[in-house]
Amino acid sequence: MATSWNWGIFLQPTPFGDTTYLGWIWLGFEMTILLALSSGILAFLVGSFFGVLRTLPNRFLAFIGTCYVELFRNVPLIIHLFFWVYAMPMLVPESVRDWLYNDLDPMFFTFLMATIGLGLFTGARICEQVRTAIISIPAGQKNAAIALGLTLRQSYLYIILPNAYRRVLPPLTSEMLNMVKNSAVASTIGYIDLTKQASQLLEHAGRPYESFIAITIGYVIINIAIMLIMQFIEKRVRLPGTIGGKA
Amino acid sequence: MKKKTQLAKLVLSFAMLGAISHAAIAEDLTGTLAKIKENGVVVIGHRESSVPFSYYDANQKVVGYSQDYADKIVDAVKEALNMPDLQVKYLPITSQNRIPLLQNGSYDFECGSTTNNVARQQQADFSDTIFIVGTRFLVKESSKIKDIDDLKGKNVVVTSGTTSEVKLNNINDEQKLNIRIITTKDHGDSFRTLESGRAAAFLIDDALLAGERSRAKKPSQWVIVGKPLSYEAYGCMLRKGDTQFKALMDKEISNYQTSGQAEKSFNRWFKEPIPPKGLNMNFDLSPEMKALFAAPNDKALD
Repeated sequence: MATSWNWGIFLQPTPFGDTTYLGWIWLGFEMTILLALSSGILAFLVGSFFGVLRTLPNRFLAFIGTCYVELFRNVPLIIHLFFWVYAMPMLVPESVRDWLYNDLDPMFFTFLMATIGLGLFTGARICEQVRTAIISIPAGQKNAAIALGLTLRQSYLYIILPNAYRRVLPPLTSEMLNMVKNSAVASTIGYIDLTKQASQLLEHAGRPYESFIAITIGYVIINIAIMLIMQFIEKRVRLPGTIGGKA
Repeated sequence: MKKKTQLAKLVLSFAMLGAISHAAIAEDLTGTLAKIKENGVVVIGHRESSVPFSYYDANQKVVGYSQDYADKIVDAVKEALNMPDLQVKYLPITSQNRIPLLQNGSYDFECGSTTNNVARQQQADFSDTIFIVGTRFLVKESSKIKDIDDLKGKNVVVTSGTTSEVKLNNINDEQKLNIRIITTKDHGDSFRTLESGRAAAFLIDDALLAGERSRAKKPSQWVIVGKPLSYEAYGCMLRKGDTQFKALMDKEISNYQTSGQAEKSFNRWFKEPIPPKGLNMNFDLSPEMKALFAAPNDKALD
C-alpha cells in the first residue's frame, strides 16, 4: 500500500481555524455519544411500550404493535432518516415547517431528526426483544398473579416485567452496540458525528487511513463503555436462583 | 562456409540485442505507464453525477467536459505505448474514495471535478488545470439576495467536505455574520435543502450550481449571485511522484487548450443542451478560464 503515515496531522489546525483535527474528531466523538444516548433512551421507551402492547390480550392493541414493528424494522435506516429530514417537513402545515426550518437551529433540527429516525428504528428491534422476553416468562406466573387478585396492570408491573427485563438485558446490550454503529448513517443527513468528521478529515486534510483508524478507535471506546455498563447492570440486578445468579 | 554462417548468426544476434536494448531505452517505462503496458489495460476513474464534468448519459456511458480530457489522455497513452488496441476500463469513484482507490492502484487516473489543492498534493499529483471555478451562491430570484451580507442570520447550505464549506466557516467567523450553516453529503441533497426552503442560499462552485439549477423544477426561479469567495482549479489526478505519466498528461492538456479544442468542448458542455435530458447550463467562459486556455499550468489556487 503506497501510503506514508502522518499521525501529526491530528495536531494541525483545521482549515476552519477553529480547532485542530483532533478537536474535530473529539467533537464527532461527543456528538456520537449524544446521539447514542438520546436515541437509546427513545428506543428503549418506544420499544418497551410496543413490546408490552404486543403481548396484551387485546387483539387491536397487539395489532398496532405488530404494525409498528413490521413498518420500522423492514425499512432501511437511511430511508427513515431521509424521510424525517426531507419528506416529513413537506407533510406538515406551513407554520410548523417554518418553525422547523427557521426557528430551530439547523444543527438541532438535524439532531432531532436523527434521534427520531434512529430511535424509532432501534425501538422496533427492542420491541421484539421485550415481547419475546415477556412471552418467555412461564404463563403460570401471570395466571397466579391474576388468581391472587392482581389486575392485569399490576401483574405486568410487579410480576412479569421485572423478570422480563432481566432477560432482555443481554440482547439489549447487543442492540445498543448495533445502534452506536448504526448512528454513522446520521452523517448522511449532515449530523456531525464521528463518521462525518472522518470524511471531513479525508476531504480537507487528504488523510483517509489515519482518520478512519481514529474514528474506529472512537467507536470501539464507546462500545466497550456500553458493554461494561451493561455487564455491571446485569450483575447488579441478577436474582438468586436464576440463570447466572447465586443460589 | 560453416564459419560464415556462424559469423552471420553472431552479427545478427548482436544486431538484435542492440535493437532490443535500444527499444528498452526508448520506452524505459516507469509508474503508471509501465503498469498500463504490462497489463494492457488502462483504468479511468470517473464521477457518476458531476454534471457536466463527468457523469452518465442515457446509455450509461461516461460523458462530460472532464471526460473529454480523459479521452484525449487515453489517446495519447495509446500512441506513446504504441498500443492502439489498449483496453479501457471505467471505475466509478466518489469524493470519499477517490484518493484511497488511486493509491491502491484500483484506477490509474481520473478527470472529474477534483480540486487541486495543497493538502491533496501530499497524497496525489495533479495534471495541468482543466477548469477554474468561482465559489458563489445560488438563491431564489424573488429573495432579492445579492451577496453574502444579505445572508446575515440566515440558513446557508454547503456540501460537506468542499472548499466552499471552509470559506463560509472562515468568513462567518471573521465577519460575525451569524450564518447558520447546514451541511449535506452531496450536491443533490444540498439543492433539495435549498429548494425545500430550509436554506436561503446554496454555496458551491458556480459551474456545479449551473448544473444543479438546470435540473430544478423551474430553472428560471434560481439565480447565481455574489462575488466569488474563492477560486478553485480542477485537475486530473494521478498517483504521486509519477513524473513520466504527468508529463504525458500535461503535454496533451496543454495542446488541447492552446489549440482551441478545449474551448470547443467547453461550449459543447456549458452552452448547448446536454444529455441525458437536453438541459442547458447557460454558463459563460470566465476570464480566469480564458487566461488558463492561453497559458496552461498546474497551479493550485489556495
